Amino acid sequence: MPKIIVEVMPKADLLDPQGKAVANALQRGGNKDIKGVRIGKRIELHFDRPITDADLADARKIGDEFLSNAVIEDVVNVTVEN
Amino acid sequence: MALFKKKIASGVDTTANAAETPDKAQPWKELGLKLEEYERIVEILGRRPTSAELAMYSVMWSEHCSYKSSKIYLRQFGEKVTDEMKKHLMVGMGENAGVVDIGEGWAVTFKVESHNHPSYIEPFQGAATGIGGIVRDILTMGARPIAVMDQLRFGAPNHPDTTRVVNGVVSGISFYGNCLGLPNIGGETVFDRVYQGNPLVNALSIGALRHEDLKLAIASNPGDLVILFGARTGADGIGGVSVLASETFDSDGPSRRPAVQVGDPFAEKVLIECCLELYKANVVAGIQDLGGAGLSCATSELASNGNAGMRVQLQNVLKRDESLTPEEILMSESQERMMAIVPKKDRKKFEAIVNKWEVEFSILGEVIAEPRLYINWGHEEIVNVPPRTVAHDGPVYERPVAFPSYQDALNADSVHARGLYRANESGSDLGAQVWQIVTSPNQASKSWITDQYDHYVGGNTALAMPDDSGMIRVSETSGLGVSIATDANGRFCQLDPYQGARLALAEAYRNVAVGGAKPMAVTNCLNFGSPENPEVMWQFKQATAGLADGCLELGIPVTGGNVSFYNQTGDIAIHPTPVVGVLGVIDDVARRIPSGWQDAGNNIYLLGVTRDELDGSVWADVIHDHLGGRPPVVDLAHEAALADLLHGASLQGLIESAHDLSEAGLAQALVESCFRFNMGARVWLDEICERDNVDRTCALFSESTGRVLVSIGREDDVKFMGLCEARGIPVLRIGVTDDSGEIEIQDVSTFDLSEMRTAFKATLPALFG
Repeated sequence: MPKIIVEVMPKADLLDPQGKAVANALQRGGNKDIKGVRIGKRIELHFDRPITDADLADARKIGDEFLSNAVIEDVVNVTVEN
Repeated sequence: MALFKKKIASGVDTTANAAETPDKAQPWKELGLKLEEYERIVEILGRRPTSAELAMYSVMWSEHCSYKSSKIYLRQFGEKVTDEMKKHLMVGMGENAGVVDIGEGWAVTFKVESHNHPSYIEPFQGAATGIGGIVRDILTMGARPIAVMDQLRFGAPNHPDTTRVVNGVVSGISFYGNCLGLPNIGGETVFDRVYQGNPLVNALSIGALRHEDLKLAIASNPGDLVILFGARTGADGIGGVSVLASETFDSDGPSRRPAVQVGDPFAEKVLIECCLELYKANVVAGIQDLGGAGLSCATSELASNGNAGMRVQLQNVLKRDESLTPEEILMSESQERMMAIVPKKDRKKFEAIVNKWEVEFSILGEVIAEPRLYINWGHEEIVNVPPRTVAHDGPVYERPVAFPSYQDALNADSVHARGLYRANESGSDLGAQVWQIVTSPNQASKSWITDQYDHYVGGNTALAMPDDSGMIRVSETSGLGVSIATDANGRFCQLDPYQGARLALAEAYRNVAVGGAKPMAVTNCLNFGSPENPEVMWQFKQATAGLADGCLELGIPVTGGNVSFYNQTGDIAIHPTPVVGVLGVIDDVARRIPSGWQDAGNNIYLLGVTRDELDGSVWADVIHDHLGGRPPVVDLAHEAALADLLHGASLQGLIESAHDLSEAGLAQALVESCFRFNMGARVWLDEICERDNVDRTCALFSESTGRVLVSIGREDDVKFMGLCEARGIPVLRIGVTDDSGEIEIQDVSTFDLSEMRTAFKATLPALFG
């Protein structure tokens, strides 16, 4: 099934409590080389037909305006997966 | 990273550099300073400020931190007091929060703060960090936070943007408060179109402490260590000053920093427990939370409060992001941070405790005797200022005040002058109005909101929504407890800010009294428009005078508060909204008075008299969409007598329930008293109309003050009437409770309780659910 993948991350400067908690847990688990973790989200948009450039443009707009909160998040990637 | 390297190469703006380059243009204007203010900084320092000093002065001299427009009016809260009022006050105005002695060696501290603007930009995080900030204020006093409350004002319920703000704010409050494990025991939610572009999100917290555990934000012993602990410092909330990050300190390209802060309640919970253990071990000489203005505020206030100074190495601050500039570090409002002043001999003990809680810390420097704040960045001195000039001796303005041009016309446009239709004669019309009013968004059940909050965590909650006040047990052995109610009616304040503030005080006072507690102290959060508008300044002047006079009359002191200006959209200011919180004390929470009827066959009494006071009422709003005239009259001597009566009667165990009459008058109080424990009633209005010479619309919807609905067991009737008579409180029997499952208002209508409750609860979910 053709999909558009939208990847959203918390803005670089902002605190990411979830990532911080996981990073601390990894440290405690002995993964000393992992210095930081940031956690975002991956959203799949499913289609039942081939994806066009217009779909991709729409997905970018949806990503910016609906799937992410522009105040605290950035859409970092929008890709097609067939 | 490229940015950071460039900065290191070009060097920071040192004090030596500032002395050598006196004419360098500085972005004081972009930082919100006025020319006179910038000139005053130059005069204080005898040279131009460095960019770091400019950053500090600009945030500390902002309206939010310096209270420069409100100071001259806030003074009266400290002046209009008697020695008697100060008797129970352990810490008054000016500290992080006021502290009140409640007996048995216990004290409580409480405060409300606004987080209005961040909550409009990012409702969830804005509201969440509002809770986090106020809880740290309470923690700073040495207290364990025991409850929170919130006072919310949103735009029109049917406006499309309101849903975004309501949902975000409510989930932000519940997320942070629930994660911390603090019960949310009350608050207010009001919808009005004046708050559309500027919602109000005020948060209150209460903490309890033993007398000997009291802590102050003070650094006075030379040699003590200055330690920053808690979360790392990031670029959060450099906010309104993002101009600064892009233009000021780096002319070659913007590095936009986020305006919002993200809260981490689990980090805060650990910080709370860590601080309480530090207090217990007696290893901190002074403590300050980092809130607005971050390190700029903490360093300068601690030093200024102790009449001392500090030497700080800014590079020791633990950062989340290595590219932060010194100016940004000084201004960052990263959450969940505290600053402790620790005697050198206690350093090991301090470290052991913070390490146990896995809280990060770094030693920034030490306290010095000379009242001067020195901040270094590596070997370079970037700040060298008298801390008092940053923290306390900021500018003070007596802003122009003008009686609003619209005020007389607004006051003349009363319900009577308009001849607004009253449905007195036809019972069915009046009944329809009752239904319409109690199911309107402002009067309908707020359970959709409050059910998202945990009310009972901790197991000490005695009263919570929808009761008139929130009550919490402080001593688990004696049952000693406190209660808090907060109120503000923006519509009344718009009509008359002086009376409006007294009305808010009277209502909060009464709400505490109906729960069986004795009102003791006051806090406030004064939400107004722009102080640069003389008409807004007039409202502020009137409201503060009203509140101070009212407190003096009732004999309860103001212990602290918060001012939030610039609440407006374009040129349109919000209604003045001075949120007044009253703290009450009860010797045993088991003695609390419930707010609803519990048993059939009790007599229902109305205390106080009803006047024709519909101006500014819910009735005028919901039925006629009208605001004009004059607000109800306040009689504080009567309020005090009423509170005394309730207290006395509850000590004797005479009162089964008590509920205050305020918005939407008797109609609302009757319906809520039925709903609380699902008990019906039969009520008649004729005697009210006859005794008080009012019509049925007034009997049901007038918002006359000083009225309480009580239910009394038949066996106690005589005793209770005797008490009322002895205190001169007008009392009238207006009905009886029954288990009919109906509320019958004679000659008006009979409502099926379950049908009405369904509608009462359905309003908010239909709008926002």
